[in-house]
Amino acid sequence: MNQKQIQHLYWRASFGVDVKDLSYLKSKSKSKVISQLFKDSENYEPLLLDLSEFSEIKFKSFKQLKERYTEEEIQKLRRKQQQKVRNLNHAWLERLKEPNFLLREKMTLFWANVFACRDNDIYFIQQYNNTLRKYALGDFKAFVKAVAREPSMTKYLNNKQNVKRKPNENFARELMELFTLGAGNYTEQDIKESARAFTGWSYKRNGVFNLRKAQHDFDSKTFFGKTGDFDGDDIIDIILEQKQCAKFICTKVYKYFVNSKIDEKRVEEITNIFYKDYNISSLMKHIFSSKWFYDDKNIGVKIKSPIELLIGIQKVVPVIFNKKGQLNYLQKMMGQTLLYPENVAGWKGGKSWIDSNTLMFRMKLSALILNNAVINLEEKGEFEDSFEKYYKNAKKRNRFIKTTKNWDEFENKYKNFDAKELIDVLIISKLNKDTESFIKNLQVKSNRNFCVQLMSIPEYQLC
Amino acid sequence: MERRDFLKQGTLASSLFFVPDFVKAFENVSIDTFKHKKLVIIQLSGGNDGLNTIIPYTNDIYYKNRPKLSISKNNIIKVTDDLGFHKNLGPLKNLYDQGYLSIINNVGYPNPNRSHFRSTDIWQTASNADEYLTSGWIGRFIEKYGKNPYTAIELDDSLSLIMKGENTNGIATRNPNILFANTNTPYFKKVLEQQTDAHLSEHNLGYLYKTMIEAKSSAKYIYETSKTYKSSFDYPNNPFGNQLKTTAEFINSDLDSKVYYASMGGFDTHANQLNKQSKLLQTYADAIAVFVNDLKKNDSFKDTLILTFSEFGRRVQQNAAGGTDHGAANNIFLIGENLKKKGFYNDAPNLLKLDNNGDLVHTIDFRTVYATILDKWLQVDDTAILNKSFRKLHFI
Repeated sequence: MNQKQIQHLYWRASFGVDVKDLSYLKSKSKSKVISQLFKDSENYEPLLLDLSEFSEIKFKSFKQLKERYTEEEIQKLRRKQQQKVRNLNHAWLERLKEPNFLLREKMTLFWANVFACRDNDIYFIQQYNNTLRKYALGDFKAFVKAVAREPSMTKYLNNKQNVKRKPNENFARELMELFTLGAGNYTEQDIKESARAFTGWSYKRNGVFNLRKAQHDFDSKTFFGKTGDFDGDDIIDIILEQKQCAKFICTKVYKYFVNSKIDEKRVEEITNIFYKDYNISSLMKHIFSSKWFYDDKNIGVKIKSPIELLIGIQKVVPVIFNKKGQLNYLQKMMGQTLLYPENVAGWKGGKSWIDSNTLMFRMKLSALILNNAVINLEEKGEFEDSFEKYYKNAKKRNRFIKTTKNWDEFENKYKNFDAKELIDVLIISKLNKDTESFIKNLQVKSNRNFCVQLMSIPEYQLC
Repeated sequence: MERRDFLKQGTLASSLFFVPDFVKAFENVSIDTFKHKKLVIIQLSGGNDGLNTIIPYTNDIYYKNRPKLSISKNNIIKVTDDLGFHKNLGPLKNLYDQGYLSIINNVGYPNPNRSHFRSTDIWQTASNADEYLTSGWIGRFIEKYGKNPYTAIELDDSLSLIMKGENTNGIATRNPNILFANTNTPYFKKVLEQQTDAHLSEHNLGYLYKTMIEAKSSAKYIYETSKTYKSSFDYPNNPFGNQLKTTAEFINSDLDSKVYYASMGGFDTHANQLNKQSKLLQTYADAIAVFVNDLKKNDSFKDTLILTFSEFGRRVQQNAAGGTDHGAANNIFLIGENLKKKGFYNDAPNLLKLDNNGDLVHTIDFRTVYATILDKWLQVDDTAILNKSFRKLHFI
């Protein structure tokens, strides 16, 4: 497999390739590289925080709690528990940097934006996140059924309030509009009928699914022309029988992993594959193995999501954030905070990541976390003055991100790279030819500096 | 010739003679002076309790539902037979007396959503409750009528959904100096100066360069133009006061921006509401008073309309923690010199007819307010921006 192809595959299936693996991968065939990628992601490791200190308030009744704690202590524990959501956000970001389960973690991030959901209960959020991880490369049918049973989703889309006497349509509507079929591919009557099938679907305090039988409507429903005493699982089965469901998911997959510009023929091709058995692994394997995935028009044209940008930089230069709260600031400024999707429709992605403010911030990101907010500008014998001036002012101007950078590891991996090799490995996109001559005209003082410079051109925003 | 001189000349030459057309197009943004009207939008984030802002002081149901939280009739600024201002809204009462304030009660939308995020999205995108739009109503206004980011400015560090169009967005800044300095980082400046060829057609990469150029020229325009007026008024020294001060400086400098958006947080008063809300309303009213004076002094108040809203109101009934929970319909404020309907636009909330959650029922769809502002104030095609035709109100 050639280097360009490996880089492309690893950017889409992960967050960029680790250069120390490059020469090994180059010696392998495409099919070997791809099967290894899937093999490494066969298993999954749940992301788990230590939540033991909250087990009492989570699993004891209010009465039991009151015997042990004062009202204030309970409040305090609850607040502390809510702060754990931020810790999970940080732990997830850490996970994305790890060299294991590359594809599974990228898929998990993808699904988190398909089944977009937010909650404030750390136990449920963690459970939800691990459900996404568990099914990320598995059977889509089982996946949808599992998501429909998750407490976070039940809460988020008001299925707790969905009872026989007074059905709440929110979950049924979003299940079809945003998770499986897309707007316009079902009737209002289908929503009404399917909402009845999900009545009484709820959960216990420990997060286990619970059917409240008294609230469930066991009567007959008519859905997509079929009549029967359907429950939620039956509804999901019928939805997945619609080829539109496979097409809807495959369109999302294509946009996320291949190209934001849809190629109808390719989408149809992968829809046919996915519709056979709704196996996510087979679908992804087909895409990554196909010749067209490596067409020039698909390489280096995707606008990185803020998370892809943030993790990608750290894959090149390992960084520890000394103030974890600053990770939230970075995510917020770029418009993507893990565990906090904007709404149930998820992040739109593509060009919508970019506006005047986010673009300038994103282009500064590598300098912010690697270089104390300074982008070195030293052309051959030029601009010393403005550089000095900028350097002096930069301190006042910028918010400093406190990080510990592992430049040793970078030097270790990149010490033998010349300028051209460094460009090749960091910039996936085609280079704008004026920027290319600018880059080539820069004095390469050290690979370290050059790395930050390359990460600060518009081309680095693409993968 | 020294290499260094050669390079210098090269740069100079390129900046003089070979400025690519697409750069020029953005640098000399045609000042599309379709109208001089300005719109300032203020969101009271968190859900302001409208019932304790404009108090229905003769309504028994109000007092029954809020034994600990109601404000007694002796402690308010009475303005009509049944409604009065919160005592900290004196400056607003002054505007009311001068005919500069119109209050619309019971504004909301069908099937109200009680999540901050979702309801803010609905207000900012002007969508139905069950519809997910990815662009804001001001973003769509910029796209159709503005063409450049500074058509609408958010007084913040990052852009809210309200300011985002499908392909064009507004720009966010709290401080034009910082924005300018950021886009003028020497390194970025150099990257742009090198550009001789338009790569705009290229998928995504062209879009990035185009956005970068727009950001730079917008930042430059805002920075240079807003230097012409520095406010000498004494604004309250808090983030909201600073946002309004910067807005006044922009407006009074004749910046060709049509819309300004600022948000003021803290209104999510689930507990200990009385004190918190009092302070917030004071902060709001004091800053607004200075802002209006600043504009009047510079003869720009007549061309400015200020809309204040909140993503929802709060429940009629108090909760157990001395606060109120998320509600539905709420009042909004319109401030300006050219109001047609001064004072109260419509009837006070009907507390006898609440929805199943015990919340106020809306009688005016918020999008009719937007439609009216777009049509009668900014004088653009409201249907094209709101994707639907809404009836017009007659407050302006």
